[in-house]
Amino acid sequence: MVGGYAGKFLEVDLGQEKVKNTVFPEQVLRDYLGGRALGAKILWDRLGKNWENVDPLGPENIFLALTGPLTGYYPGMRICVTGKSPTTNGIVGSTVAAEFPIELKCAGYDGVIVTGKAKKPVYLYIDDSRVEIRGAPHLWGKDGKETIKLLNKEVIQDLEKRYHNKRMWRDPGILYIGPGGENATRVAAVMMKWTHGAGYGAYGGVMGSKNLKAIVAKGIGPVPPAVDMEETKKCIENVTQSCLANDGMRRWGTGSAGYEVGAGTSSEPIRNWQEEWHDERTFGVDHFERRVWLKRYWGDYGCPTTCLKVSAILEGPLKGAITDNPDYETQAYVGTNLGIFQPEGNVYVNAKVDDLGLCGIQAGNVLGFAGELYQRRILTKKEIGFSLRWGDAKAFGRLAEMVAKREGIGNVLAEGSYRAALKLGKQKGKNLLPYVIHAHGQAIGAHGTRSGLDYEPITAYATSVQGSDHTSCGGMGPLQGAGDMLWGFADSAVICGFNVFDNNLDPMWRMLSAVTGWNIGVDDWVNTMGPRMLAIQRAALLVGGPDAKWDPDKDDDNPPRFYKPLPSGPKKGQTTDRKKVRADKIKYWESLGWDARGIPTTETLKRLGVPALESTFRGMRK
Amino acid sequence: MSTTGPIWVARDYLNCSGCRRCEVVCAIKHEGRIWPEASRVRVFMLTPTLEIPHLCTQCDDAPCIPSCPTNALSRSEKTGAILVDAEKCISCSKCIAACPGRVPFLHPATNKVIICDLCDGAPECARVCQEGRYNALWTVRRTPSVSYKLYAKTPEKITEELAARMYRDLAKELI
Repeated sequence: MVGGYAGKFLEVDLGQEKVKNTVFPEQVLRDYLGGRALGAKILWDRLGKNWENVDPLGPENIFLALTGPLTGYYPGMRICVTGKSPTTNGIVGSTVAAEFPIELKCAGYDGVIVTGKAKKPVYLYIDDSRVEIRGAPHLWGKDGKETIKLLNKEVIQDLEKRYHNKRMWRDPGILYIGPGGENATRVAAVMMKWTHGAGYGAYGGVMGSKNLKAIVAKGIGPVPPAVDMEETKKCIENVTQSCLANDGMRRWGTGSAGYEVGAGTSSEPIRNWQEEWHDERTFGVDHFERRVWLKRYWGDYGCPTTCLKVSAILEGPLKGAITDNPDYETQAYVGTNLGIFQPEGNVYVNAKVDDLGLCGIQAGNVLGFAGELYQRRILTKKEIGFSLRWGDAKAFGRLAEMVAKREGIGNVLAEGSYRAALKLGKQKGKNLLPYVIHAHGQAIGAHGTRSGLDYEPITAYATSVQGSDHTSCGGMGPLQGAGDMLWGFADSAVICGFNVFDNNLDPMWRMLSAVTGWNIGVDDWVNTMGPRMLAIQRAALLVGGPDAKWDPDKDDDNPPRFYKPLPSGPKKGQTTDRKKVRADKIKYWESLGWDARGIPTTETLKRLGVPALESTFRGMRK
Repeated sequence: MSTTGPIWVARDYLNCSGCRRCEVVCAIKHEGRIWPEASRVRVFMLTPTLEIPHLCTQCDDAPCIPSCPTNALSRSEKTGAILVDAEKCISCSKCIAACPGRVPFLHPATNKVIICDLCDGAPECARVCQEGRYNALWTVRRTPSVSYKLYAKTPEKITEELAARMYRDLAKELI
């Protein structure tokens, strides 16, 4: 057996209520590692021929939750969820941290592949000796906190009964959805703990469409053995030391950015991106620390950085809200983007979004979109049911509930900003797309490009094969943090990009060989394996369908608002240069061996060993 | 710290980040690999945000020792740790039942009981917790003036106490 892998994947057909083990040939694992790259391979192999007609929210879609060979070894582990995405109609590798991935591996599985649709709500239970599809009617409709509480009790009681007196059983790993996922919204995340979500791709809705409330794993075995444990230990220590030296990340996580990205780099979404600059000092991290942080270091299995914090509101009108950090993306999207500049209001909406199992970015984007429509009197108080004024945390929290439950106006907003704009626009006879801040049907990350001061290149969203992912930007160098290539590796190995970002990369590549026993290095990933993954993801994104498709001549672009001048701040008047976007796109695509419209050439597909994609791309070339 | 004589791993659950590096290094030291359920210290997270590193507190009267029908347990004179003679252990779980905190458990592979051995005087868990500057675990000299048994509690009980401390009147609905 190859090192680092448990050696088998659990395949579950929810329609037939059947489970089986699937073993991939070693060469497939070697070529695709795990997580995002392997997920793309599995999806395209099984659904590629009919991709255009696969409804992401239909029973024909496949939901995957995959680890990678470094999950459990590289400090800071994650799980990668994927499938055909209800936002982009492509393949998004979306990762989230917590203990589920190590529990799954210790139970003897590298991943879970779910097909079909259960007749009634179910959850999947996995341990070292059992796999069960269990009824979940008592969990359906429950928020994150309640779901975890009930599942922990139920699973621990069952283990106590079965294995009496062997040990005090502790909590299993739980991957679940909240009401937003159950109602198959396109803004729902796949959740872990109370607050962690894999948001991009909106796979919460895919789980919901399959009536799958949760996957629960309890492993008591070891992490699958590494081929060279001595070298692996050295690499773990190297990575650990560089993480521990990253003082800023440890102290503040990304939570300092809620102020800095507005005041410092003029690239923070404010009131649905109408502005990107603010100087609201109440949104400084010192205020978060003093007013809402209960825990200053919070992390997931094996992570030396522990960039998260626990925040809570223990008194006053917003009492009862508990969330993590908030990290930058949610400070921005359910803070400044909604006109909220106080930590308490931000924690309140963030906790609401977490409890409902919504993605902070996707949901925050559509809440902001609704806010702007209200501001412009396109959506009225009557249509919404209440006033939706910028900065009103309770009103936005209430709207988030309506989105998750598809109530009233929430039903159309649950489709995400892009699709909601098309539907509402049709109803109202207005073009609402100028107010949608998306790329490829998916909300973009909370980093604007107009000021030119943030880390994102102007092609970040336009060329991201993940649609609009700020943690997988197109147009960056192959070894640049948050670029498609390097974070595509993190998503496939499956480890935390934040522990890769500022680090020396050498121990990561050495660890890959030490764990697996394969002689794979940075060149293999950057020249062959990474580009192969990107080519498959590009194919799926461009084929798209059935409800939305992307034309490379017009859709590989920034949101329209990015071409308007910034209205305020030190960078007032500055905007994104269309010509430069075009030129930079071509430059990036050329570096991948793609043509000027972002279609991989025949030679490139041959060189990458995926000539079968030729038939997909042939018709797209001009 | 370097010390001679009995030691104790002091604990402050409020400071636990849930990083579980204590488990990683404990399992590597004792098992040669990463193995969460074979780590002598196990972090319970019955309620997220309330992480509890659970490990032996070396009660002064050590009720586990007399509970063992085969005399497999003894106390180390050097460190005060409860030592397990795996050859003698018959996996009867009586020590688990005798422990007020239900800390001992059976090894997932050998089925023999395992209890923290204080790493023979230099606990790895406390070292990495200090390295991370969390101060959830640290090594102290054991003094006769403290009833260490007070710390022998089940994770459920500690979760209740911690929840009340962190979340005040919200605690009840959270756990």
